[in-house]
Amino acid sequence: MDARREGKVAPIEHGTTVERTSERELVITRTVNGPARLVFEAWTKPELFRQWWVPKSLGMSLLSCEMDVRVGGRYRLEFAQGDARAAFFGTYKDVTPHSRLAWTNEESDEGSVTTVTFAEKGGKTLLVMHELYPSKEALDAAGGAADAMEETFEQLDELLGTLGASV
Amino acid sequence: MVQYSRANFDASFAALSDVTRRGVLEQLGRADASITDLAGKFDMTLTGMKKHVGVLERAGLVTTEKVGRVRTCKLGQRRLEAEAAWIESYRQLWDARFDELDKVVEALKRQKPKEKVNGRTKRR
Repeated sequence: MDARREGKVAPIEHGTTVERTSERELVITRTVNGPARLVFEAWTKPELFRQWWVPKSLGMSLLSCEMDVRVGGRYRLEFAQGDARAAFFGTYKDVTPHSRLAWTNEESDEGSVTTVTFAEKGGKTLLVMHELYPSKEALDAAGGAADAMEETFEQLDELLGTLGASV
Repeated sequence: MVQYSRANFDASFAALSDVTRRGVLEQLGRADASITDLAGKFDMTLTGMKKHVGVLERAGLVTTEKVGRVRTCKLGQRRLEAEAAWIESYRQLWDARFDELDKVVEALKRQKPKEKVNGRTKRR
């Protein structure tokens, strides 16, 4: 694997956008520099998926990643952040190779259904993700969860600061 | 590397870190309410609710107005900023994730140079 040549990957212009398109829906877009079949592969093979789903800046690590990518198949991701553990799981609803993937998020009763489409053009792939929540309140609460995550980071920083100071 | 910008998450995030205060904002999103109403809805003492509203008010998320003996609370301008801020934090997460995805796809491209699959012939 010669993937480690940092800096070889040219920065591309196709930044990530997030938009709340309705009370119940978020849409995330991004263009990835590669053909749809490879992007799809990176999304459906656990050994590839785990290389990117948890960016280092998130401050979490992925403990396990099980994915049975077929309609009705289940996935389960387990994370650690310090001593905290969290699991995310659900069911694949649509698996159309190289063009479409959909799954449920069942860790909460109010979880979203996520649909990703892969549209290839000129060797690049436009990803469009829809996250549809059962209600406005559920999406608002997901925003609350994002706030809570930020809070967790700050607490972690404080804790690390404290530990650093006491050593 | 993506840095979570502290500047975006100052007072409003501290204010939003509490489940009751998030509930109060949701409640005020539906209708203005007095502190007494809010204390009742959240099964809390008036003093406790005044503290929460005070935190939200200092963060600019809520404004209050006293008419007669009743202090009415409504959403402040920064409620919208708070929503924009969480969407931005979410965007940063996905951006960092997709940056990593780009690297994985880049590595796959080098492993599997099947780029000539597209037989685009210039024919009329």
